[in-house]
Amino acid sequence: MKKEWPLWEVFIRGQHGLNHRHVGSLHAPDAEMAIKNARDVYTRRKEGVSIWVVPSAQITASDPGAKDALFEPSMDKIYRHPSFYDIPDEVGKM
Amino acid sequence: MADNVQTGDPVANDMLFEWLLRRGDTALVLGHRVSEWCGHSPVLEEDIALANIALDLIGQARLWLSLAGEVEGKGRGENELAYLRDAWDFRNVLLTEQPNGDFGKTLMRQFLIDAYQVPLMEALKTSRDNRIAAIAAKTAKEVAYHLDRSADLVIRLGDGTAESHRRMQEALDALWSYTGEMFASDAVDAAMAEAGLAPDPAGLKLLWQETVNAVLDEATLTKPDSDFAHLGGVNGRHSEHLGHLLAEMQFLQRAYPGATW
Repeated sequence: MKKEWPLWEVFIRGQHGLNHRHVGSLHAPDAEMAIKNARDVYTRRKEGVSIWVVPSAQITASDPGAKDALFEPSMDKIYRHPSFYDIPDEVGKM
Repeated sequence: MADNVQTGDPVANDMLFEWLLRRGDTALVLGHRVSEWCGHSPVLEEDIALANIALDLIGQARLWLSLAGEVEGKGRGENELAYLRDAWDFRNVLLTEQPNGDFGKTLMRQFLIDAYQVPLMEALKTSRDNRIAAIAAKTAKEVAYHLDRSADLVIRLGDGTAESHRRMQEALDALWSYTGEMFASDAVDAAMAEAGLAPDPAGLKLLWQETVNAVLDEATLTKPDSDFAHLGGVNGRHSEHLGHLLAEMQFLQRAYPGATW
């Protein structure tokens, strides 16, 4: 049996209306303790109003070796940026 | 502010001062004990959690001791009360000064006190003295989290491995005789209750027992079958442990009076 507690990724919502953002990771024996530990480790200075934890083992990551094929092609597609349009103020945050 | 207790009514100032010292010293001594874990906890996450709890407690101590100094009216503030009194002037319950022992004993001590602080602060929210009610309102949220955490860990370790169960049972057996003091009412408590400033601690025992019974049950731990209680902490009669704790806590202000940074 592995002695170390499993790793959890921690996501914090900074304030209502914003997205949860990845802030780091920690060890905990289960999800409930991971939330408690995240509260103590990552929200000591009023950083958030909501916490998500996800087992790190459940994260599927893209292959770093494939980054050229994955990301390079978008580099020269400037027409994909909405910089050619005037965005009305009423639209708000994009 | 009309409800603030002023000189002469409805509780004598020295009674109120005594009672405030009990609140402040209980938080201060426990806070210092918990802070001794800083950098020594079994895992990083617990280390930070314990440091947070210690800081909460020391913050609570500051509020109670500041108010105590104000009520005393002799120019002593939180710092003088924390750093320049000797052991016999401290009014914390004996449970708080008990040495940390292993992680299990620290958690058990924390749980036994948290289960008392929660109903106490809840009751103090409706104190007729709105300075007390304000401190209780802030403190209630902190102790609710402390209890949530300590109860959870007592259950996990009590109902954990054979070794964690043994350690938690030993901690409970060692600390049990220090729990009775929290509910032993005296003249100060009676005067505070009479004036509507604070609940009679004896009346909190049922609520405390409910929490403790439920958690110990789930933790598969056996409550010691004894009502014997060590008394005296709230009257300034302490175990030898407090002197050692104060020697460390007060060293800087004793050796370098008035030092600041």
